Amino acid sequence: MTQDILDTIAFDDEGFMVDASVWTEEIAQAIGEALEVKLSDRHWEVIKYARQEFEAQGEPPTLRRITQQTEVSMKEMYQLFPGGPAKIAANIAGLKKPTGCI
Amino acid sequence: MAKPSRALHQSSGEAGGRKLALIASKGSLDMAYPPLILANAARMSGIEVEMFFTFWGLDIITKKKMGKLHVATVGNPNMHPWFGIPTLLGALPGMSAAASWMMRGEIKKLDFPPVPEFMQLLIDAGANVYGCKMSMDMMKLTKDDLIEGSVVLGAMEFMDITEGAQVIFV
Repeated sequence: MTQDILDTIAFDDEGFMVDASVWTEEIAQAIGEALEVKLSDRHWEVIKYARQEFEAQGEPPTLRRITQQTEVSMKEMYQLFPGGPAKIAANIAGLKKPTGCI
Repeated sequence: MAKPSRALHQSSGEAGGRKLALIASKGSLDMAYPPLILANAARMSGIEVEMFFTFWGLDIITKKKMGKLHVATVGNPNMHPWFGIPTLLGALPGMSAAASWMMRGEIKKLDFPPVPEFMQLLIDAGANVYGCKMSMDMMKLTKDDLIEGSVVLGAMEFMDITEGAQVIFV
């Protein structure tokens, strides 16, 4: 049961990881499963970019930035992460909730 | 502390059925952005969005006009502290163009796209975009004058579509 791994990690009230540095790809898989998002290569492209951006800027990227800096379009983002693409991508990437409004 | 779950993201989202009706009735550059930013924020939060462009708001989705919206420098109560242009000076030639240029620059700095790109972004994000039939007749516009992906609609049909939605009028 991959869900078990989530019991060992601290999350905030909205289900975002408290400490981004303990994130692993295995954790991402488990969070993805909890959010009913099956991770494909396209998801990973976004997740890896979000991690990279967070390491450089200290903030998760905005949705617009993701679509500008990766090959993934706005349309595809909504298909990959239905119900709130920037939030859900950040959640799976082990980052805090994004605050940008674009 | 809460483990990640679909429910945490859906408290206000599509499954929760939350829907937003945005009515954009003004076509100046400074009044075009608020409904677009709010619509985008709603889509990013998983909320359904229905946008009705009526009267001057129609300019925001009219292909020939959407890229050339202007800030009015006369009779615009928002002119003072942001732009610092007194109304009398605002009447001088070139003032509106200068204020529009300045606002476009500020918006770009914040990483918000120009209006035509913003509208495309909203359509890609799944917002439903409607042009007001009556306003279009008044301005002698047809469906072909509007951005691709928009639908021409009467006000009553918009009422039907937005039953139960929360309303924002700009």
